[in-house]
Amino acid sequence: MQTITVNDAVSQALAEEMRRDPRVLMFGEGVATKRTELRAEFGAERVRNTPLAEGIIAGTAAGAAAMGLRPVVDLLFAPFLTLSMDAIVNSAGKLRYLSGGQFEFPMVVLAQTGAGWGVGAQHNHNLEAMFVHAPGLKVVMPAAAADVKGLLKAAIRDPNPVLFFLDIALGYTPGEVPAGEHVVPLGEAAVLRAGHDVTLVSYAKTVGHCLAAADRLAAQGIAAEVIDLRTLKPLDTATILRSVRNTGRLVVVHEAAAPCGLGAEVAAIVAERAFDALKAPVRRVTGPDAPAAASWVLEQAGVPQADAIARAALDLVVGAAQPA
Amino acid sequence: MPDTNRVSMLETMMLIRAHEEQLATLAGQAPGTCTAVGQEAAAVGVVGALEPRDRILTNHRSAGHLLARGADSGRLMAEALGRADGYCRGKSGSLHVSAKELGVVLTSTIVGGELSLAPGVALAQKLGAAGVEPGGITVVFFGDGAACEGIFHESVNLAVTWQLPVLFVCENNQWQAFVRRDETMPNADVADWVRGHGLPAVAVDGNDVEAVRSAAQTAVAHVRGRGTPYFLELGTYRQRGHFEPDDQAYVDADELARWKARDPIALQRDRLLAAGEIAGGEFAHLQQRVAATVEAAFGFAQNSPWPDLRELTTDVYA
Repeated sequence: MQTITVNDAVSQALAEEMRRDPRVLMFGEGVATKRTELRAEFGAERVRNTPLAEGIIAGTAAGAAAMGLRPVVDLLFAPFLTLSMDAIVNSAGKLRYLSGGQFEFPMVVLAQTGAGWGVGAQHNHNLEAMFVHAPGLKVVMPAAAADVKGLLKAAIRDPNPVLFFLDIALGYTPGEVPAGEHVVPLGEAAVLRAGHDVTLVSYAKTVGHCLAAADRLAAQGIAAEVIDLRTLKPLDTATILRSVRNTGRLVVVHEAAAPCGLGAEVAAIVAERAFDALKAPVRRVTGPDAPAAASWVLEQAGVPQADAIARAALDLVVGAAQPA
Repeated sequence: MPDTNRVSMLETMMLIRAHEEQLATLAGQAPGTCTAVGQEAAAVGVVGALEPRDRILTNHRSAGHLLARGADSGRLMAEALGRADGYCRGKSGSLHVSAKELGVVLTSTIVGGELSLAPGVALAQKLGAAGVEPGGITVVFFGDGAACEGIFHESVNLAVTWQLPVLFVCENNQWQAFVRRDETMPNADVADWVRGHGLPAVAVDGNDVEAVRSAAQTAVAHVRGRGTPYFLELGTYRQRGHFEPDDQAYVDADELARWKARDPIALQRDRLLAAGEIAGGEFAHLQQRVAATVEAAFGFAQNSPWPDLRELTTDVYA
């Protein structure tokens, strides 16, 4: 075991997978400039800079993937993905199906997002749910350094296109990470804390806020179970349902806005398949339906914090009046 | 002794025409069919200059490229009708056909989608990816409409800066869906516009199959020999509507008549007749053979079963 940051976990996973599989290559805006160690070890053919042109970066990845390579592309910030939606959604996501399974698109798209840098909404937009809605894609958004490494390795080995979102606030967060081979399967949530009173489901930075909320709830005698989804598609519905059947109460927490977000999806799944187990309505604690502001105080105000999460959970447990 | 290649180019163009006209009569059964009628010389001239190790990406008018590559008319029609014997088991329709066995990676109906994937396909060829035959090149077919998409310029620029073996083939058919080309571009030729990207850009008469073949051979030799991109523009005309059915009420009748007078099939037929390479009777024989092929193909397609309903959700994920 080693203690390294999330950013180092990304680098480690990339280097290990490029070493393991000669089909893996990486390109994007500044990839060769910034990832000097990868460039030195794997050469200019496999570690490439590109023009600032997200459409052709993603399209080139899809074309290379169709031919059997395993490209990893860095599109830097999630809002930039909107410039590459055609290649990701219409090509990588659909062409396996439209070809009747003749072609596969094993590729990974990296993008950072979330509050933490104060640069505003064209660099910070948690739009991961848009990709969850698109068929043929897998979507990952981890919280812990070990999961970043293990899930990125799994994503690179996966035969499908994977959107890999990194929470910008967690980049320098250290964590214990296994050295060498450490693969976390896509589609498995992690139960970080067991509890029988209420289930807190989240992903990315708000997982930490849920754990802090669970501490506060514990001080009031309420045992919260905390689930880190880690993969948003495929979603680990079994773990969510198992927990809610045990606790009877659910709060879903994410920084992304509420409309048609992961919270809506999780709430709908629970309503469809565990309604009988619910002792209280499902609650969502999310970011606002507003672009992310640049001002530090406004940016942070848009992130669900431990107090609000604990309050929502407490409302469900003690049966306080629901907000209008 | 007749030049069988010149005759076979004629016959392949006739097959494409007959195939497309058959599909055009089935508008209700083959939704959204966009025919290549009038553009047969472009497909036959270029595709015939390729080798099996080359890869093709094309657009919604792809039947010509596929048939010129040796695709089976019956399986293409089955695909257009949504049947199980289509190249993609009915999932692509006419608008997204791919055929791995023919090296056809993609038919994109997103205008420019083929241009977005082309550099990646060529990169895999350049890097000698496992299972990719060495020395192959990527040919991408698109129209003047796609040339107005930003992705066209991104694609050309990446192919130039990364030195990728891509042959860009623009079939400038004067129409961008329902809009005339001269309403959307500064020049009549895309080639004038693309030279600034720093690659050879050559424009030829796209209705003369022999001129196209000759230009394509030069272009292919350049791309294969140097491993760098090349732009070939084929001036042609979309003789039918954007998709079927389309009454073409918006098309100037005189303009359409002028282009039909330069029909690529008639041009080649008359050239071969004048040169004595075929006789009138032989041309009639070609017509009969093509008609029989298309009739059998259509029969095959109509008799092909519908896909199993379980196919609705198979092939989404690997």
